[in-house]
Order: sequence, then C-alpha cells, then structure tokens
Amino acid sequence: MTDTAAEIGIDRKIDTRHMKVSDEVAIQITRMNKWFGSFHVLRDIDMTVHQGERIVVCGPSGSGKSTLIRCINRLEEHQSGQIIVDGTELTSDLKNIDKVRSEVGMVFQHFNLFPHLTILENCTLAPIWVRKIPKQEAEEIAMHFLEKVKIPEQALKFPGQLSGGQQQRVAIARSLCMKPRIMLFDEPTSALDPEMIKEVLDTMIQLAEEGMTMICVTHEMGFAQAVANRVIFMDQGQIVEQNEPREFFHNPKSERTQLFLSQILGH
Amino acid sequence: MSDLHAHTVAYVRESMIPEQVAPVTERGAVKWMRENLFNGWLSTILTVLSLLVVFWIVADLGPWLMRSVWDAGSLSECRRIWAEAGQPAGACWGVINDRLHQLLFGFYPPHLYWRPVLALVLMIPALGPILYPWVPRKLIWFSAVYPFLAYFLLWGGSIWLPVTAAMGFVAGGAALVLLRPLGTLPATIAAFVVPVIWWIVAAGPFAAVMTQILPIGIEFVRSDRFGGFLISLVIGVSGISLSLPLGILLALGRQSDMVLIKSVCVIFIEFIRGVPLITLLFTASLLLNYFLPPGTSFDLILRVIIMVTLFAAAYMAEVIRGGLAALPRGQYEAADALGLDYWKAQRLIIMPQALKIAIPGIVNTFIGLFKDTTLVVFIGLLDPIGLSNAIRASSDWQGIYWELFIFIGAVFFVFCFGMSRYSMYLERRLRTDHR
Repeated sequence: MTDTAAEIGIDRKIDTRHMKVSDEVAIQITRMNKWFGSFHVLRDIDMTVHQGERIVVCGPSGSGKSTLIRCINRLEEHQSGQIIVDGTELTSDLKNIDKVRSEVGMVFQHFNLFPHLTILENCTLAPIWVRKIPKQEAEEIAMHFLEKVKIPEQALKFPGQLSGGQQQRVAIARSLCMKPRIMLFDEPTSALDPEMIKEVLDTMIQLAEEGMTMICVTHEMGFAQAVANRVIFMDQGQIVEQNEPREFFHNPKSERTQLFLSQILGH
Repeated sequence: MSDLHAHTVAYVRESMIPEQVAPVTERGAVKWMRENLFNGWLSTILTVLSLLVVFWIVADLGPWLMRSVWDAGSLSECRRIWAEAGQPAGACWGVINDRLHQLLFGFYPPHLYWRPVLALVLMIPALGPILYPWVPRKLIWFSAVYPFLAYFLLWGGSIWLPVTAAMGFVAGGAALVLLRPLGTLPATIAAFVVPVIWWIVAAGPFAAVMTQILPIGIEFVRSDRFGGFLISLVIGVSGISLSLPLGILLALGRQSDMVLIKSVCVIFIEFIRGVPLITLLFTASLLLNYFLPPGTSFDLILRVIIMVTLFAAAYMAEVIRGGLAALPRGQYEAADALGLDYWKAQRLIIMPQALKIAIPGIVNTFIGLFKDTTLVVFIGLLDPIGLSNAIRASSDWQGIYWELFIFIGAVFFVFCFGMSRYSMYLERRLRTDHR
C-alpha cells in the first residue's frame, strides 16, 4: 500500500497491524430517507458499518454524502427508516442524541473551532462539561492529543492565530478528547491550501493506523486507496456503488462511477 | 538563448532590496496634518472654519466661566458679587453648592444619607467580579447578594422582605438542579414557575411571620422621599442589570423551535418596542393599580423599574438577536456534535460570542436606558431634572437655568462616557480573532 500513500505525499509505510474490521456493528442504517422540504436528499439508504472500518464516501456535490454522515450524529434529522449508532437508536429523544454525539466525533470542512477559546480550552470544554472530567485531567488528555496531532506548542493560542491545516488538526484533537468510538469527517481537507492537506491527511492516516472506525466524506482518492477498506459512491441521494478501494478505482462497475472517477482523477 | 531573452522572460533576482526610510511627507506630524487637516482645498477651508467656531465658543463661554461664583446662597447674592466687582453676569455655581444634597438624594432623610452612600460604595465590590476578570471569582457571591442588600439599605424596613425575595431565586435554582435528571425542559419550566409561586403565595405571609418572630430591621424610607441622582441610579442600575438577562432570554425565545415560546417572545418584543416609554411609565404610575388585586400597594419606583426593564429588554433582545445571527451555523453544529446540551452550548459557546459581537449595541441600549430615567419626571418622581424645577421654584434660585443643567448633564456624561469606555476596553479584551 506504500505506493498509494506516496501519491498523497505521505513518505512512510502505513502500519496496517491495527486496521482490523471486527464483527461488532458500529452503525446500522436501514431504509433511511430524508427530505429537505420537498427535495428528497437521501433515498432508502442501507448501510452497515463495523467497528474498525475505514469508509470513504465520495460523489458529486449535492449527492447527499455530507447529509448522510450528518444524519449519523443527528445534525440532520431523518424522516423515515432507522439509524442505530453503537446500539442506540437515533430518535427525537434528546438523551439518546446526546449519548450518541458524545460517542461519535465529528470533523467539519470549516473546522468550526470556538474562536473565543484557546486551543487548549477548545479541547477541554466538552470533556469537562459533558464527560464531567476534572479540569486538570481534561488538560492532560487534551495535551496528549495535541501532541498526537503535533501542535502541543500552540495550546495557549487562539484558533485565529493558526493556519488552516493546524486548525483542522486541532479540530481532530478536540474530537479525540471525547474518546469517541467512531469518527466522522465531513470534507476535512476541501477548505485547505494544497500544502496543508498533507498534514491533515497524515493525522487521519495515523488515526486509521490505530484502528479507529472512520467515515470520511472526501475527494482525496489517494487517502481512500491508502487506508480505506471500503469506498462508497453516492449520487442523487443513493448509494450507487461500493467496493474495496482497489476494485472501486480500477474496475468501477456503474457508468456513473466511471464518469465521476474520470472527472476527479483526470484521466 | 541570448542574454536579452534571459532578462525579459526568465528573470532571477540576485540581491534583495533592503527596506528604506519613508520620505518626510509620509512620517509623523507632517503626514498627519497633511492627511487630516489640509488634504485639498475643501479640507483646508473646513479646518479654518472649524477653528473659527471653536474660537467663537471659547471666547463666549470662557469669560462666563471665568466669572464663576461658588460661594453664594442665592442668585441675588451672585448678582451682588458681580455688581460689586463691576462685571457682567457669570456662572453662579452657588446653586450646586447650596442644593447638592438635594440633587444627589432628593428628600431622603438627611440623617440616613449614609445608607445610600454605603449602598453605592458596596456596588464597587459587587460589580468588580462582573466587570473585570482579575477580581477574585469568589466575590461573585457578594454580587448575587448585593441587590437584596442594596434594597434593604435604601428602603430599610424589615430584613425579611429582601430575604424572602432572595429565597425565591434560591428555590428556582434548587428546582433547576433537582429536576435536571428529568430533562432540560421540565427543569427550565420549574425554575421559572417555582419562584413565581413562592413570591405570589408564600412570600408575603412568610415575611410577616418571620418579622413577628424575629423583628430585625432599620428605619423604613418611603419611595416618595427618593430623588435626584439616587433615583436615576436606582432605576438605571436595576434596569441595566435586569434587562440584560431578560433580553438574552427573549432573544433565545425568539429563536426557539417551540411555537408557543417563540410567539410569546415575538409579541412581547414587538409590542414593547412599538410603544413609547413614556406611555409605559404612565401605565406604571396610573393603570397598573387597576390591574393588580385591590389592596396591593405596589411601590411606584419598583413599578417604574419593571417598566424600564421591560422596555430596555425588548431592545436588548433585538440587539442580541443580531449577535446570534452573526454567528456561523458551524458554531452551533460543533457544539451539538460535541454533545453539549442546549443550555451548555448557549452558555459556553453561543452567548460568549454573540454578546461580544453585540457589545456596542448592548452598551448603546444601556446608555439610552440610563438617560431615559429622566423621563420619570413626568410621572411625578423627582429625578435631577424634576429637582431642578423644584429648586428653581424656590425664591432663592428663581431664574437659574444653565448652571443646573450643565451640572446634571456633566454627571450624566461621566456615567455614560464611563460605560462607553468600559465597552471599548471589553471589546479589546475579548478580541481573540486577530484579524
């Protein structure tokens, strides 16, 4: 897999020892539908994610891929069907929603760091107020994860003082501080300058190497080939094709997928 | 490839140009004057005209102020002093000297002046932890107790009245904490309902009983003895400190998904904003008594405070709504995605940012409210303006205008300018975006 890693500028061997898919189901989505007003954004989505899977979701804009992962922690409400995350069904019950949200980490396209708090405070806020961890311990956890994303020296700065790539890594650390079992990435690199994409992808690969269950909406096909165990292609609110990366990229079955891949890979 | 070609198309700089000092016209005072005072003929003409206007004002007001008389018991005494010196009339500040206590306290009993003074002095430690981050956090307890203490000091009477009022808030807080496990909504509703029930049903009898058992108290001062800047400050400070939290709740209510809460807030805001303050004050002084159960005498100052608070809160709500609208959706989503519940997200993420954006508007409303307190003169309360009329009605000071109004204006200016400077300090302190 090293050849594909080099494609996105990661010049090290990817350690696959911990990338194991277990039988345990992390997310179960059955016949899920969602509408924005009268617009049918997600149509009959069926999807099972096992613990330890690394899934890349791609597709043209407006295909519903972001909406899909936003439904998983109920940033968007689905109108029919079932979503079960880690054994908890997402209904209008606020208790379930908060429980799921504290188990599922989310990284946004525009980072969404809290600009009025320092990097450290961004990371300790949820552990202190949601998990009720004492402040000092929360700070230790936060420093641990900031070291992991390689920016511990920025801990006392404010988000506005950091570059886009650094902010996105802080956002990842902030999610990790809640010790989530599942991480959702909503186009984490599409708002970044090219030279910063690499550092964020590197952090995500590192997470994958540790066996984190991840669902990434991204167009970084190099990343998909390097770490994903499954690629899902969506179009017009439906899952059109899914496969393991090698097959998906080299032997796409559906015409839509072929068209999309030819546009995005440029050959 | 020829040399020429190499120079025009592919070019490599071999040495970097070092930084150079700017020319004189781009530096210091010369630059400032050129840019700000004499930037073209129109600007030069305006500068000269402005200088003339300033000169004219100073030349007119200066001598008047130079002939100020401080030691005089009446306007006629001032006139005598000027006549003796063979001067035209000047500023007769004797009126401020003579009636200062009245301008400050109204008809508050003189032997009890220490009580409002103490209340004012204690306001400093009470405001400290709210206004400045370097004040010890523990003092916030004193800030919470202060409103009740200040009420007790100003009006006096039995200590049990403010204590029972405070117990209502304690009961509300306890309800919020105890019912939290049942969910945010029931706990929030209980936190509002429990204190209201306590105040309406139990507070009166409880205070009466406790006063009989343990009669602790100080001399009672009726509201109609209040006056001057005391009344402006009492109404202004209570209005300011109550309208901000009420405004926040109204702004949140207006954004709520729950139709009932939303419509109540919208109707309230639109109604209050659509009515002149003076109408509300007349309502407070005349009509409110018709609506209240017979026999309840509701203090006039308290009624005015309620009306002024409601009025300012409606404006405040809209100002804060502006701040909320300026926040990117991502902030709400990030807070949600981390599992923060509604109130925590509001308190920790949304409000700190929305209020920061809204600071200029909030302070604007505060300053407006403080100056609007002078409107109470129309319902018979003797604020500084009302007192200036009363002072002029005495034979000693008949015919004196400017000195009183200048003094009253100056005191208001000090307060309002202070608020304005504080808001600028706050904006600087909270600036973390480094734009």
